[in-house]
Amino acid sequence: MGVMKRLTNIVQAKANKVLDKAEDPRETLDLSYEKQIEQLQQVKRGLADVATAKKRIELQAQQLQQAAAKLQNQARQALAQNREDLATEALTRRSGIATQLEGLKTQHDQLAQQQERLEATTQQLQARVEAFRTQKETLKASYTAAQAQTRIGEAVSGISESMSDTGLAMQRAQDKIAQMQARAGAVDELLASGTLTDLSGSSDPLQAQLDKAAAAGDVELQLAQMKAELNPPTAAPSGELGAGNATAAGASDEPVDGELVHDAPSAAGTPATPADPFTLDDAGSAS
Amino acid sequence: MIVRILGEGQFELPNSQIASLEKLDMQLVAALDADDEPTFRDVLTRLVQSVRSEGTPVAADRFVPSDLTLPHESATLAELHELLASEGGGES
Repeated sequence: MGVMKRLTNIVQAKANKVLDKAEDPRETLDLSYEKQIEQLQQVKRGLADVATAKKRIELQAQQLQQAAAKLQNQARQALAQNREDLATEALTRRSGIATQLEGLKTQHDQLAQQQERLEATTQQLQARVEAFRTQKETLKASYTAAQAQTRIGEAVSGISESMSDTGLAMQRAQDKIAQMQARAGAVDELLASGTLTDLSGSSDPLQAQLDKAAAAGDVELQLAQMKAELNPPTAAPSGELGAGNATAAGASDEPVDGELVHDAPSAAGTPATPADPFTLDDAGSAS
Repeated sequence: MIVRILGEGQFELPNSQIASLEKLDMQLVAALDADDEPTFRDVLTRLVQSVRSEGTPVAADRFVPSDLTLPHESATLAELHELLASEGGGES
């Protein structure tokens, strides 16, 4: 047997479960109308669930973007402190985020597709429920005719099949939501465990190391200054060492010309390119 | 002949289309048995498109059971396997 016939049997078998209950076909009409109303409400709730799930993914993508931006800053900071190991660590984590974002994008697309489809289903269902409501009264009024009984049977199987189809569409949407929730949970866990940077920054081990390194740098600088004060070298003028270092460090951080400013990831002044929330802006590929 | 595309709706097709649909349906069975996703994708797309182009949508106020049913165009091989597995069981 072909796939198309098998599917028809499956969908109609699901539908028949609704029909078998009432003895009088007129009751079946009312019963299936009630079920349609119920289903219409379910589809509307399902639609809201899909929208919520989509929103959650968008929020997570934003959080991941922020984490990625922070890691990039940390990598720069680490390089400025000559800590290439920390910079590597930060950039490795950042590329891990890019992978997560790709996964989120796939799911976001799937949910958007489900949303579109459920919206169409809802509209169709609404029109059919309304049409069924008027028809069932006509059919009930002419019930005594044998012909009408057959038509009732057909109408009810027709609408039940539609409901069975709608049920399948809702199931698909729910499956996608469940998949999304599993991934979202995993991303939340990653964000919380500090494997990815915690956005609050308070319990971020990478930042802690950077701060420590910076503090160590300060201590060394102060030590050097103190040594210079205690032991004024006859040749070199005092204070020169500290001041020299300070300006050198300051200069390397400063955006000297327009190029560096243009590179800045925040890029507040470029509304023309709406950032894709699921792709990381690579510093090197700035167009 | 009434054909339903799951998640999309019903279409009425002239009976003269049965033969060509059945031919594609057999190719779908073969792809399903061989777990051949690319062929499955291709055949399903052709089936869905021919139903859409050769058929006319059944009006919202006409309640009739379908003679044949197609998965939605974007259904995957895995999804169809799962759907077909509910045959006979008929849970929910």
